[in-house]
Amino acid sequence: MVEQIDFSQVNWARAQFALTAMYHWIFVPLTLGLSFLLAFFETIYVKTGNEEWKRLTKFWMTLFAINFAIGVATGIIMEFEFGTNWSNYSWIVGDIFGAPLAVEGLFAFFLEATFFAMMFFGWDRVSKPMHLFATWMVAIGSNLSALWILVANGWMQHPVGMEFNPDTARFEMVNFAEVLFNPVAISKFTHATSSGFLLACLFVVGVSSWYLMKGRHQLMAKRSIVVASVFGFVAAAFVGLTGDEAAFEVSQQQPMKLAAMEGLYDGEVNAGAVVMGIVNSQKIAGDTQDPFIVAVKIPYVLSLLANREFNSFVPGINDLVFGNTEQGIESAASRIEKGKKAIAALAAYKEARNNNDEMASQQALAQFDTYKADMGYGYLESGVDAVPPVATTFYAFHIMVALGTLFPLIFLVLLYYIYKDELEQAGWLHIVGLCCIPLAWIASEAGWVVAEVGRQPWAIQNLLPVQVANTNLTTGTVQTTFFMFLFLFTLLIIAEFKIMLAQIKKGPEED
Amino acid sequence: MLYSVYSFYRDGFRRMTVGKKLWLIIALKLFVMFAVLKMFFFPNYLNTQFDTDSERANHVIEQITMVR
Repeated sequence: MVEQIDFSQVNWARAQFALTAMYHWIFVPLTLGLSFLLAFFETIYVKTGNEEWKRLTKFWMTLFAINFAIGVATGIIMEFEFGTNWSNYSWIVGDIFGAPLAVEGLFAFFLEATFFAMMFFGWDRVSKPMHLFATWMVAIGSNLSALWILVANGWMQHPVGMEFNPDTARFEMVNFAEVLFNPVAISKFTHATSSGFLLACLFVVGVSSWYLMKGRHQLMAKRSIVVASVFGFVAAAFVGLTGDEAAFEVSQQQPMKLAAMEGLYDGEVNAGAVVMGIVNSQKIAGDTQDPFIVAVKIPYVLSLLANREFNSFVPGINDLVFGNTEQGIESAASRIEKGKKAIAALAAYKEARNNNDEMASQQALAQFDTYKADMGYGYLESGVDAVPPVATTFYAFHIMVALGTLFPLIFLVLLYYIYKDELEQAGWLHIVGLCCIPLAWIASEAGWVVAEVGRQPWAIQNLLPVQVANTNLTTGTVQTTFFMFLFLFTLLIIAEFKIMLAQIKKGPEED
Repeated sequence: MLYSVYSFYRDGFRRMTVGKKLWLIIALKLFVMFAVLKMFFFPNYLNTQFDTDSERANHVIEQITMVR
């Protein structure tokens, strides 16, 4: 197994970025979701005037603060990596990403300096409505600040609203609205933020279940579970809807990713969705092996998911690699040819410009414009290079969906037991609630694995593969920083875990 | 006005319990990230290797037209 892994520098750089992003994403969804739960808890306090709700709000606010403080700025490391490990990419997208990321930075700074401070320090200094307003602003602002980074990510998955400038070697934004309202970015934003709500609700359920197991702070635990289960159920439904929209966008813009998510090699009309299965890891595009060792499928569902129509064709990996003339799908080999022409035209353009040969540069530019949509394919050696790791994408997708289906059921059962006033006695349900904490993070991280592994080999879909986006550094350099980050982030996670656990054991302050 | 803003933050920080440990973690983390990692391990490759945007653009064009 080990000898199959490619230890080249680009893969170390990818591993480092994946490590940073996944650690960063441990903190982010809890901030996104818990901020709204705080707003709900405090709204109930302000409405009822019941001091128990204030105590409850302050307790969860402390856990929110721990998570926020330890997680803050972990995302900046990704920007370090852009400049060092991904300098070509960083330069090429600078014009597109500069504005959204600057807006995010400014927005986050002003939000944190004002409303966060008022929320944490202002309990006895500002009026109740003003404090509640600050808490709501933190919730809304935190989630809006996630918009910008997801717009940037959405653009990489579906680059729109830009033109490549061959003189500056940059994609330049020509339509800000098109970038902002990119359907992939919007579905990514709604799906990622709502999954954050769901994760935070499961966290609250998990911690509260622990209190119920221990027979401590039972009233607070039950109240927390009621709010988290109601919000969690709504969030789970929304996650399902936005997930459906995200899958539809993937099928339209990144059909190879959808094929990998479903382990679909040969495209089908009335394609079925795999409920569960074991992928044949020996299978490669074009061979005759079965893609699955075992699989359970629901007929028609994949066609419906992909195209909103039962009787529609869903392309498989083989269709996208080798082409399918009947369905009008061009082969990757043909796109590679076009991509190579685009790259050659770009080189010719640059040379003509250096020689001040205006006519030759115009001819080269016209040639480049003809083929630029497939430019990225020109860097691939063969069609199978356009296939992402199928097993990783498939399993991550199915783990995410299975857990996403389980969570709303857990919320319903919790609400039923609360309604029957039997939650304290349901020991098994406390264990289930506690298990929700790791499961929530597994589902959330799996979602990002689908999004990012599933779009390989592209740094920018169809335009720039990772090996060209990468800086030509030595493998040792990247390995060193990889292990430094591994150490630093692990330390931070241990710190978060220890401080949070200590605070949970301590429980809400006795006023 | 300015004094009340100042006292708001000052009193807030003074009353923190868990917060003091968190601020220490934040300060240490930011120090490691910016004063160690960014300074010594994560130079901006194009900014350190080239002086002008035109040189950077030429380098990137060279990189993306040289099929690896």
